[in-house]
Amino acid sequence: MSRAILSAAPPPDLGPAAPPPAAPGGGAAAPEAQPSAWTRRLRRHGGAIRAGLVGAASIALFVLAWHVVTENRMNLYVRFGNVPSPSDVLASADAALGSSQFLTHILTSCRRILYGFALAAALAIPLGLLMGRFKLLREMIFPVSEVLRPIPAIAWVPMAIMLWPSNEESIVFITFLGSFFPILLNTLHGMATVDPVLGRAARCLGASEAAVFREVYLPATLPQIFTGLTVGMGVAWVSLIAAEMISGQFGIGYFTWEAYSLVQYPDIVLGMITIGLLGLASSFAIRLLGRVLMPWSAAR
Amino acid sequence: MSAIPLFRRDEAKAPAAAASAPKPKGGLVEVTDFRLRYDSAEGAVDAVTDVSLTIRPGEFVSIIGPSGCGKSTLLNALAGFLKPTSGTVTVDGEPVKGPGADRGVIFQQYSLFPWKTVRENVEFGLKMRGVGRAERARAARTLLGLAGLSAFENHYPDRLSGGMKQRVGIVRALATGPRILLLDEPFGALDAQTRLIMQQILTNMWQRLKISVLFITHDLDEAIFLSDRIYVMTSRPGTVKAEIAVPLPRPREPAMTMSSEFLALRRGLMSLIREESLKAMGGEISEEALQGLAINLDGQDIPRVL
Repeated sequence: MSRAILSAAPPPDLGPAAPPPAAPGGGAAAPEAQPSAWTRRLRRHGGAIRAGLVGAASIALFVLAWHVVTENRMNLYVRFGNVPSPSDVLASADAALGSSQFLTHILTSCRRILYGFALAAALAIPLGLLMGRFKLLREMIFPVSEVLRPIPAIAWVPMAIMLWPSNEESIVFITFLGSFFPILLNTLHGMATVDPVLGRAARCLGASEAAVFREVYLPATLPQIFTGLTVGMGVAWVSLIAAEMISGQFGIGYFTWEAYSLVQYPDIVLGMITIGLLGLASSFAIRLLGRVLMPWSAAR
Repeated sequence: MSAIPLFRRDEAKAPAAAASAPKPKGGLVEVTDFRLRYDSAEGAVDAVTDVSLTIRPGEFVSIIGPSGCGKSTLLNALAGFLKPTSGTVTVDGEPVKGPGADRGVIFQQYSLFPWKTVRENVEFGLKMRGVGRAERARAARTLLGLAGLSAFENHYPDRLSGGMKQRVGIVRALATGPRILLLDEPFGALDAQTRLIMQQILTNMWQRLKISVLFITHDLDEAIFLSDRIYVMTSRPGTVKAEIAVPLPRPREPAMTMSSEFLALRRGLMSLIREESLKAMGGEISEEALQGLAINLDGQDIPRVL
């Protein structure tokens, strides 16, 4: 009943972006009394619902393809003979999630990311702001940063092992280095693109130098700072995993590499997926923080 | 001159005091022998020379001139952003030393802080003065209410139209009780229809504030409609070419722009300005250039004629 009403109602007044598959699904749960509320909701979220469905379908297709090539041990120049199938990985995930060992690996990695990334943000953001404000400081530090920046964090591994007394510290250091430069450069870039008329407006309203910095330059740079944080978080994970694979004792990167050494192939994939999910979760957390700190950009 | 009482917030609060002192409170601007010279690759260049002008307390004065004539330079000197090479700039007898909240400035570029709501923008000057949170919120609300902007109190500037942004900008500048408002082509970025409305709002607002205003524009109608007096500037190096009083009655109404007095003023100003604009464009403009095209095509296909 309700299905018939809804599938008849939306098409005439919904745009081409309307999701045809969503209508019957939503229609089943729709209260028959107010189809207009449903059409309205559909119209507003139509794009998002459609994107979600397409996304889910594409992931399902990917897993299906993975299943097909691994179950049949296909050899398409790329050899899938030893690649674990989705069900293998699911089984190993089931086992790993039951063990405290796996959780320790995850927590160790998260802790390293947190320390390294927090340290990088705590140093790079103020430094970037000050460099943006004071020309001399910028002229002094920028060349050094330009020389060091192109060196991948992984290339620092031997140096880090020499510099720091323990493995743990050198891994955090590598993570720190990875995220430091993207945050610094984006903050600096943000400072350079602040509309100078805003600073002048603030001074005309009686703001002191310090107040202009706090009330204008800092908030005006926040969006760029968050771009830097997002990029920095990505690079932090890259650097962390590489460092853990080389010199780790715990951590999800170490887990993945160890799985290869121990010929536990499903665990490799489990490690990879876990790394992906952790990266996704951390960038989501940053975006969330950005929303909270920058309500004006969400209002756009 | 220095004995003129300054506008204070506590004065504004007490209606009795305000009623007993209906005369404008300060806001005398004097610019004498102003010259601004800057160094360029070709050596020292005069941007503005020998400008003297006065804005009497409560007077609305405009400066018009071709682009690049240094009218914004004068405003920036008054705002305190640059120092004259020689000459003096004083407000109520005190030389201008730097930017300050006693001179409200409205820029052509929208300068509301995008990360602050309309009310927080209006509060900014009071916040800088150290007024407490509750007190300044109350003051900003009241002022927004008086300006008919209450409904937009919690909007972020990005959601406002250009005209609305400038209205909020004016209210923000007024919140600290400045002695003078400096407006640098504030409606320059608005479309023609919105401009007219904004001019009307501004003239009505001024009528009630009776505050000194310096208004920079290159729009003749705008200058005549709003001002008590107009300074016409020459092209670079800028100097005052003429000073014209606008004897139109107050309050100004949009219909006045069709009156013969208005049109006569406009004609006079037009010829003054046109001369300077042509001079400002310099070698770019010749008699042929003014023809637009040296051939009469009468709708023929251009490629075929060529």
